[in-house]
Amino acid sequence: MENKLTRNLYKIPYLLWILVFVIVPIALVVYYSFFDIEGHFSLGNYRKFFTPVYLQMTVSSFWYAFLITAISLIIAYPTALLLTKTKHKQLWLLLIIVPSWINLLLKAYAFIGIFGTYGAANSFLKVIGIGQQQILFTDFSFVFVSVYIFIPFMILPIFNSLNELNPTLIDAANDLGASKWTTFRRVIFPLTIDGVKSGCQVTFIPALSLFMLTRLIAGNRVITLGTAIEQHFLVTQDWGMGSTIAVFLIIIMVLIMVLTNTKKRGV
Amino acid sequence: MNHLVRFFFIIAISSAIILYAISSLNTSQGYSGGNTVTVYNWGDYIDEDLIKKFEKQTGIKVIYETFDSNEAMMTKIEQGGTNYDIAVPSEYMIDKMRQEDLLIPLDHSKLPNLKNIDPRFMDLPFDPENKYSVPYFWGTVGIVYNPKMLNGKKITSWNDLWDPELKNQILLIDGAREVMGMGLNSLGYSLNDTNRKHLLEAKNKLDLLTPNVKAIVGDEIKMLMVNEEASIGLVWSGDASEIMYENEDLDYVVPKEGSNLWFDNMVIPKTAKNIEAAHKFINFMLDPKVAAQNTDYVGYSTPNKQALKHLDKEVVEDERFYPTPELTKKLEVYENLGKRNLAAYNELFLQFKMHRK
Repeated sequence: MENKLTRNLYKIPYLLWILVFVIVPIALVVYYSFFDIEGHFSLGNYRKFFTPVYLQMTVSSFWYAFLITAISLIIAYPTALLLTKTKHKQLWLLLIIVPSWINLLLKAYAFIGIFGTYGAANSFLKVIGIGQQQILFTDFSFVFVSVYIFIPFMILPIFNSLNELNPTLIDAANDLGASKWTTFRRVIFPLTIDGVKSGCQVTFIPALSLFMLTRLIAGNRVITLGTAIEQHFLVTQDWGMGSTIAVFLIIIMVLIMVLTNTKKRGV
Repeated sequence: MNHLVRFFFIIAISSAIILYAISSLNTSQGYSGGNTVTVYNWGDYIDEDLIKKFEKQTGIKVIYETFDSNEAMMTKIEQGGTNYDIAVPSEYMIDKMRQEDLLIPLDHSKLPNLKNIDPRFMDLPFDPENKYSVPYFWGTVGIVYNPKMLNGKKITSWNDLWDPELKNQILLIDGAREVMGMGLNSLGYSLNDTNRKHLLEAKNKLDLLTPNVKAIVGDEIKMLMVNEEASIGLVWSGDASEIMYENEDLDYVVPKEGSNLWFDNMVIPKTAKNIEAAHKFINFMLDPKVAAQNTDYVGYSTPNKQALKHLDKEVVEDERFYPTPELTKKLEVYENLGKRNLAAYNELFLQFKMHRK
């Protein structure tokens, strides 16, 4: 009996945490989404979301988040594979993670300097004869900086799953006559798919609602749902519309989680 | 367990000691008690010598704190727990603060120097009869440009920006009222227009500007203009004077079609503890010589007519910062259009931002 009581007592902090910081905020967001700018109950915000402006914004958010995730993955997987083969792998891993300790805003400002008309990137392009280009405030710079920021979060889970991979399985594949490519395709990749999935999740979901970089690096040439939420809350003070967009983001994220998880059960 | 208790005990005791030390330090410096005035102003927006002068003249100790946005300032005053005697909000904020009942009416009999303010800048729509506020500095919205990068071409009008030769040359400030205002002004409409047709027309006209727009940015615009990242920028005159101080090649113009006129104003917020001293401070800042010295330091335009006599001719006759009467007539102060109209402005601004090249 007493055992059960103490066990229930231990649950209290956890349940309180979930209630105060997860359930209540989400409920509030949903609640606010049903009010128009003058505080009247209405479904207008949801109707407004299905107008071309917001649908287009959703599509472009998805497109950029997809690009960022795909490019991060393409770079991160070989890097992680290489890391597991190096001698001092923890040291190399640390070197990759260190930049993520630096504040995002500082990194963004550094990139403004590097990509600017008279910045380092353009000096380099001049030297190799390509000539001055506009780099800052383009789609390229936005995707580049976002990939730079998310890559440590992609490498880490992939590295961990590669590191835990039993090397005897690879030896076995070799002994059985599999080529290097077949070993990778049939053995290594399927066994590390979980790392890839969690890497994609921690990249795709935040990338969907990036907002500060859209102004600093893309000069508001890229508008994501995150930008719209920021504007509705801080400038327009239309909390209803901001909340409605947030509700859709939550729904989309839940869907992504569910979809990527069911596949796991199938494998 | 015992260890843990001792640990918390030590932390509690040391916190108490530090708190006591701070409060006794404050009293020894004369920070508490009746004779102080707490001023809450924008960063780097006063000549600090004047604070010393005020303290010497009146024996009132000034506690000076700064903020960097109207919204942050209002939140701090709203939440209480502060005792600001003076704050310096922009004009659109005054309307809001008055509605939220955050301001204390001024006693004009204690402000004899109020007569020095140019009548043009008194009794404006955001504060009829200056019941709550006294203008501190004013300015405009305009175009800062780099004649060197434009091969000597002059900019005089909003419509000059639509020139196809300026491809990818313009930086805009990320403000719905400023950018939409530019569209409205270029069509000859008022900055405070709420006619949906006119707003849509302005947005459609702005869409045509898209090929020329390099980026829509925040405060970074100052750094970007100084670094010659673009040759044209839509900015507030205050930012323009800072930009031109850093890079002397640049020039500023208030377009001939008209533009926005803004004010920063001294008010006494509800948090005030020493209303008497607050009036003394405002009156002191309105003194012509003091206002002139302050203007010299800050570099914005002063609403104090008597102060102009004490300033360099060069400054006062600079039509970029003290526009001619004809142009001034075309300048408009932002009115509080109400939430619904502001939402329309923001919605159209968002659509303009989404318009791809």
